[in-house]
Amino acid sequence: MSAEAKMEIGQLTVSASPHIRCDESISKIMWTVNATLAPAALFSVYRFGFKALVTMIICIVAAVITEYLIQKWQNKPVTVNDGSAFLTGLLLAMNIPATVPWYMPLFGSVVAIAVAKHTMGGLGYNIFNPALVGRAVLLASWPVAMTTWPEMASKIDGVTSATPLGILKLQGYEKLVAVFGDKMEMYKSLFIGTRSGSMGETSALLLILGGAYLIYRGYINWRVPVFMIGTVGTLTWAVGGPAGLFSGDPILNMLSGGLILGAFYMATDMVTIPITSNGQIVFAVGAGCLTVLIRLLGGYPEGVCYAILLMNSVTPLIDRWLKPAKFGARR
Amino acid sequence: MAKSFRGGVHPDDRKRFTAAKPIETAPLPDKVVIPTRQHIGAPCAALVKAGDLVKKGQVIAEAQAFVSSPVHASISGKVVEVADYPHPVFGFCQAVVIESDGADEWVEGLPLSRDWQALDAAALKDIIRQAGIVGMGGATFPTHVKLAPPPEKPIDAFILNGAECEPYLTADHRVMLEATEKVVTGMRIVMKVLGVTKGYIGIEENKPDAITALVAATKGTGITVAPLKTKYPQGAEKTLIKVILDREVPSGGLPMDVGAVVQNVGTMVAVADAVVSGLPLVERVATVTGGAIAEPKNLLLRIGTTFAQAVELCGGFAAAPAKLIMGGPMMGMAQCRLDVPVIKGTSGILALSADDVNAGEEQPCIRCGRCVDACPMGLVPSMLSILGQRGLYQVAKEEYDLLDCVECGSCVYACPAKRNIVHYVKYLKAQNAAAAAKK
Repeated sequence: MSAEAKMEIGQLTVSASPHIRCDESISKIMWTVNATLAPAALFSVYRFGFKALVTMIICIVAAVITEYLIQKWQNKPVTVNDGSAFLTGLLLAMNIPATVPWYMPLFGSVVAIAVAKHTMGGLGYNIFNPALVGRAVLLASWPVAMTTWPEMASKIDGVTSATPLGILKLQGYEKLVAVFGDKMEMYKSLFIGTRSGSMGETSALLLILGGAYLIYRGYINWRVPVFMIGTVGTLTWAVGGPAGLFSGDPILNMLSGGLILGAFYMATDMVTIPITSNGQIVFAVGAGCLTVLIRLLGGYPEGVCYAILLMNSVTPLIDRWLKPAKFGARR
Repeated sequence: MAKSFRGGVHPDDRKRFTAAKPIETAPLPDKVVIPTRQHIGAPCAALVKAGDLVKKGQVIAEAQAFVSSPVHASISGKVVEVADYPHPVFGFCQAVVIESDGADEWVEGLPLSRDWQALDAAALKDIIRQAGIVGMGGATFPTHVKLAPPPEKPIDAFILNGAECEPYLTADHRVMLEATEKVVTGMRIVMKVLGVTKGYIGIEENKPDAITALVAATKGTGITVAPLKTKYPQGAEKTLIKVILDREVPSGGLPMDVGAVVQNVGTMVAVADAVVSGLPLVERVATVTGGAIAEPKNLLLRIGTTFAQAVELCGGFAAAPAKLIMGGPMMGMAQCRLDVPVIKGTSGILALSADDVNAGEEQPCIRCGRCVDACPMGLVPSMLSILGQRGLYQVAKEEYDLLDCVECGSCVYACPAKRNIVHYVKYLKAQNAAAAAKK
């Protein structure tokens, strides 16, 4: 036996197995999601200017401070460092026009964190996506400001206050294509992000890249964006055309509005969607159908926000209905 | 093509510390503490008292029931005490303390070589029972009981579990390399007892040398070596049967319900030793490793050696351990003291550093679904943990299949919120058992 063998033991932790853990954590996930949103967020600042940056900062700071104050007040551990409040603020900013007056993003963030998140019990317990609740409340409170988008691309100078979907709804498909010049130009503009819209609605490309990285890391399930965007494309092509069945423009509908942002960043919010892959497919298809329903028949040109919120409300039902297949249930 | 199953996790296997280290025979200990209870099932009654002289291999505690297994002296010497001592599984348990006489003599009358082919199934089973053989993978279920399935459960396949899917552990790996013939002999004996012709050896792909060795050693025996994907819990009985035979053990059932019996590698060596050489189970191979161990090793240890003695043979602690574990890091049992003895189910002694453990504050469930993806049993572990916090064992049992949880720990490993899901499951199961006992 080695003479210098050391045998001191300190405090031994005794707990149930397992005794090793993976190196993932909630804050790592949240900050990674924030980071993947950064390119699209910075692009919107580049396109919409300084005002966009201010709006974004107001949203984030208000969200973080609200969470801090509520947790202090409730004598709970302060968890603002986990990145989830930051993410709610950033997502809310992505969901509103850059030009709104300063008190609107402030109000929206406070509602998102205080009402949608903390009255439910905080992280993990909220039923609805806080950022979307914030946006829905803002849209109901200041409908005009929330649907007036800033001028951006020179191509659409004449229609500074309408998004592509707005033009589609009010003036028709032909007019919309005319605004962009031709179809290919329209698709390109929608994909790259040179068009009007909320801050995060613009660059499909950057949002898809960010989302793809989250899929690669395993932080979101690819089925959610694929099924949601696919449902919207299929349905709008089938029933959304001006010339009857199967005359719609699926590419336009898939790339415009908040669909890409919603499908990659809101419909994948792990807290508020079903926990199994099958449940998430049902959720995504449902959100896609509701989006199309609102876009085609509803009063709004866009429906992603309400579609996701409505599906959030049935998440517990989907979870009860679609449990995983238990081992040993079949021979 | 390596086979796999749904669910599971991929922890770093951390076997590099000991995988290449040949099994080292530990020097004769001065003293051993041998608990009279080393298995799942009825406790044994001590046959010796303080002052008795015993020989190695002598029965010192006899089984009192069918699901039980006798205990033998692991060294020769003098019994100095029969009293309650710390036990790695049961807290405290009656133990026979023997001081070595330095001679290390076997008890007289052991048949040193036997032609096992000439013995019938009943005789073989009796030898296995008398040799005190239990499942050496850690579960310690008496082997003779597993080899005596009721007639209404016909067995047609035997699986040798060489997966060793627990990180850190390399004892089975080394045994497969260094005692290949014994492993195959043990396996053929057990197959004869069960009367089966279909035999399989499941080995994870991270042990290619063991796969090669066993493929060579089983040539012409009709035994198939099945390489398995390296993935935890590949070696859990139910997943192993699913992967190798594509049969699902029904919920609440046992392997024999689908015609299969699974045994551990070390157990096969014990069977070969008992049947061919007449030697009872008095020693076993265990991996002593972890970030806090100075020089990790695979050791052949006498039953009753204390963990402290084993750790000292590995140069002691390099750093103060955060956790001391018997078995693997995924399903092993945390210990609070070093003076517990090595028992028949001690596959490893792990001294983990705080870095190895990577614990963290438990946070609320964010419903990310990683536990659902990781669960090989198809459960919703996040709900079980939430129900556990609320003590709702009935809901957990009726709606979330509490009793199907095999406590493999995959969910906890995968959880980013560091939730102690297995802890909650154990708590709910205990509540359920307590409520059932009251009725």
